[in-house]
Amino acid sequence: MATQMIAPEPGYTGFVAEEHHHDYAGDTLLGFWIYIMSDCILFATLFATYAVLGNSFAGGLTPKDLFDLNFVAVETGLLLLSSFTFGMAMLGAQHKNMTQLLLWLGFTFSLGGGFLAMELYEFYHFSHEGAGPTTSAYWSAFYALVGTHGLHVFAGMFWMVFLVIHLLKDGITEANFTRLSCLSLFWHFLDIIWICVFSMVYLMGVM
Amino acid sequence: MARSVQTHGGAAHGSVKEYVWGLFWSVVLTAIPFAVVMIGGFDGRLTLAIILLCAVAQIFVQLVFFLHMNTSSEQAWNTVSAVFIVLIVAIVVLGSIWIMNHLNHNMLMGH
Repeated sequence: MATQMIAPEPGYTGFVAEEHHHDYAGDTLLGFWIYIMSDCILFATLFATYAVLGNSFAGGLTPKDLFDLNFVAVETGLLLLSSFTFGMAMLGAQHKNMTQLLLWLGFTFSLGGGFLAMELYEFYHFSHEGAGPTTSAYWSAFYALVGTHGLHVFAGMFWMVFLVIHLLKDGITEANFTRLSCLSLFWHFLDIIWICVFSMVYLMGVM
Repeated sequence: MARSVQTHGGAAHGSVKEYVWGLFWSVVLTAIPFAVVMIGGFDGRLTLAIILLCAVAQIFVQLVFFLHMNTSSEQAWNTVSAVFIVLIVAIVVLGSIWIMNHLNHNMLMGH
């Protein structure tokens, strides 16, 4: 507000960029943010489907029969902690501390892997008990929603591996830092989606 | 392992303190709804309200502490797009539930 612009400098584009940031990094991050917002719509449609089909059990098993909240609480804890460890990895990157960055990324990867393993075990267990994706409309919606989130986590872990290869090859360069920032947005976003999943699917499913 | 992390403040995109607070609030806001449902015996509407309130609060906690969203002009486009998406998501989710419930009711399939 205090800035007074009398005549634009030559080359003035209307963008206010911080001195120590390259423009393209900010643009990339905004672009990636827009992608994440579009991903929100994907999850919104899955949540809407889940809500609409929430009572269509076709006389079969209901979530009350199968959901184990202790199990889900541990799953949630793993993902929550991984969001924190990714934050610590980002701090490592900002301090140009490669050891710290790789160590915390390793923790994040392991926690993500643990979460995914638990989710797959849960899917296997439910299917085994007689609630597979084709059992009823409810379970179709359940597997579609929770499975899509799991696929995103898997994609994030895949991405993490390739980012570590980049980091080991080139170090913490500007380009790698931008990539890491994008993955950070993605990883925290998945945590936010999981908040909605455990609230709407698991907690409301058994209450 | 936490000892290897040294902060000297002034980090532009977050600090150890910020992440620790984010984790703390996330754990609290996760534990409350889980505890309420697991202990049980509460009124259904109250339980639902607690779950929803804690979920919304935790989303804000994560946006602020982990994603470092703020109201600075630098982030104006991020915020504007996020608000737009919240509107779209609300239309998709609430609209679907509303329409499909009425549809079920009119088909005499409602419970």
